[in-house]
Amino acid sequence: MPRTVLEPKFQVEHLSILDSDGNLDSSLDPHIPAAELKRLYRGMLLGRRLDERMIRLQRQGRIGTFAPIKGQEASQVGAAATLRKHDWMVPSFRETAAMLWRGWPIEKLLLLFAGYLEGGQPDEHQHDLPITIPVATQMPHAVGLAYAAQYRGDDAIVMAFCGDGATSEGDFHEAVNFAGVWHVPVVFVVQNNQWAISVPLKKQTHSRTIAQKALAYGIPGLQVDGNDVLAVHAACTEAADRARAGDGPTLIECVTYRLGVHTTADDPTKYRAAEEVAAWEKKDPLTRFTAYLKKKRLLDEGIEDEVDKEIAAAIHRFEALGAAQPLTMFDHVYAELPPHLAAQREQLEASLQNGHAPEGDDTPSPPMRGQRTTRR
Amino acid sequence: MAKLNMVKALNLALLQEMERDEDVLVIGEDVGVDGGVFRVTEDLHRKFGSKRVIDSPLAEAAIIGTGVGMALYGLKPVCEIQFSGFAFQCFHQIENHVARYRMRSQGRFHVPMVIRMPYGGGVRALEHHSESEEQFYAHIPGLKMVIPSAPRNARALLISAIRDPDPVVFFEHKGLYHAAKEEVPDEIETLPIGRAQVVREGRDLTLIAYGGMVRLAREAADTLAEEDGAECEVIDLLTISPLDRETLIASVQKTGRAVIVHEAPRSFGPGAEIATSIMDGAFLSLEAPIVRVTSWDVPFPGFAREKGNVPDLARVLGAARDTLAF
Repeated sequence: MPRTVLEPKFQVEHLSILDSDGNLDSSLDPHIPAAELKRLYRGMLLGRRLDERMIRLQRQGRIGTFAPIKGQEASQVGAAATLRKHDWMVPSFRETAAMLWRGWPIEKLLLLFAGYLEGGQPDEHQHDLPITIPVATQMPHAVGLAYAAQYRGDDAIVMAFCGDGATSEGDFHEAVNFAGVWHVPVVFVVQNNQWAISVPLKKQTHSRTIAQKALAYGIPGLQVDGNDVLAVHAACTEAADRARAGDGPTLIECVTYRLGVHTTADDPTKYRAAEEVAAWEKKDPLTRFTAYLKKKRLLDEGIEDEVDKEIAAAIHRFEALGAAQPLTMFDHVYAELPPHLAAQREQLEASLQNGHAPEGDDTPSPPMRGQRTTRR
Repeated sequence: MAKLNMVKALNLALLQEMERDEDVLVIGEDVGVDGGVFRVTEDLHRKFGSKRVIDSPLAEAAIIGTGVGMALYGLKPVCEIQFSGFAFQCFHQIENHVARYRMRSQGRFHVPMVIRMPYGGGVRALEHHSESEEQFYAHIPGLKMVIPSAPRNARALLISAIRDPDPVVFFEHKGLYHAAKEEVPDEIETLPIGRAQVVREGRDLTLIAYGGMVRLAREAADTLAEEDGAECEVIDLLTISPLDRETLIASVQKTGRAVIVHEAPRSFGPGAEIATSIMDGAFLSLEAPIVRVTSWDVPFPGFAREKGNVPDLARVLGAARDTLAF
């Protein structure tokens, strides 16, 4: 019996529209309206400025450990901008710019990283999940949401984010496989920022691209220049349109770079060369989009100041919030407080009334210090 | 009213809740066309179709993980893990997400999900098909852990679990699936989760058991009444977590003696929490140390040796007599 070729040789495409100097490939111009281009820019700028501000807040002990996004603003904003309000967004833990775009108030994000679970509470009508920290475990949630939307006959789609390291986890593969089998309206966006803490992509996978992993599950995969907001937007629009048309899931690999630390507890100089970082700084998504908008005369004067003021006002609101009340930790374990928890709550209440306050709760807000031992 | 075994009783619960509520879905390996390896989901696929009775790919983490997504959206997935020994491949989803979403989102989301798993030994099965691992789930805040002991309470508790706004891990003892038939009323019955039942009253000793061990406890109580003239009270926990401490304490305040029987290994098992709860609430009533009759602290030893591992009548009687004579 002969050997036969069962599948035609597969192809993986890479999409790039703006080069690193902000020059447009006009044949691929997505024709985004001027007002939307300005919004995208503002979203990226807000993400960058807040990130820088949060690092200072962390160093001052005013918030705890978090995962900075510097360098990934285009991959996040370009993707999230293709969702409608009633679509769902499922983040990992490094999607601050995407979460801001979706309407998370800055002070809630600060609260979360100051140790308050209130920061993970979306508004009642917001179709966003809070951040997920165990790597890739949020991916099946997105598939379940998409299944449920389809089951109910709703027109919502779901966008799920993860990083390059997450593509080594079983949950990533199970999720993409289920999505393919069920043909559900979901867009998987992999933020390939080249490093999973200290482990580079070449030690993470022997595949040439992450996009090609989609093909094994029978769904389309596309690689884009993740530092090119127009390319990310175009790719995610295509994927979102496919999902909305009932044509199933897509995997988008955004090739980007984590210009900063993994988290504020990390020192990347230990594992990567300064030259590598410098080379990626030349491809900075914000610099390139600024150059493009300048050429189009779409840069608003004073936008940096306006964004900084928005951040400052939010920090003010965040710091005006009182210390956390320990007793509320019992409020959301079950729908109703079972007797053993009611008894434990009473014990804590008595202990608090006797003048014993758990460490940190009697300090002025925000009470949490940076937790430098946490790596993820 | 019909006489049903536990498989048919559980099947009836699923059927009745699916007829009543379109948000109830069933998902798992072989639960559809095949009706489940133990036939608990038999005929549901034919009645409700493949969108509601989902033959999933073979991946426990995604069965629970996609179930989380469905539940966050407002559906009520009933997930079947084929054997509890395979649940470690989704344990992270249960601990990291199923149990925590209400807390993490401060009440914005909750996960009204049921996770059904066959558990327990004595059925001459392979490794990973005979274990009792309820202690892992009972230990996790945010979960409820339910184990029925007979067809009628199985049907009622499964319906309660599906309607519960919190996630419920629901263990079904494989040895009980076909063990006995019981009258199960046609009309829907529920049982409160978090409440134990006194299934035999007595004044001399409290025997505490659940799931597959309840019939053993009852048999021991019958023997002790007949041979020793001792009247044992038998408590069927039905819910492991949250534990019904009130019923346990009230009983031991009366009897002064307690023997706990479970199939899980002893150390750090449910018996430790039960014993401490009794100490907390009935210390001054105790006439003897509380004794645990459990499987030994060994990995499940293979079915050629399982009779030496799982508690049997002789061990329960021995422990009860020692306690009565103390």
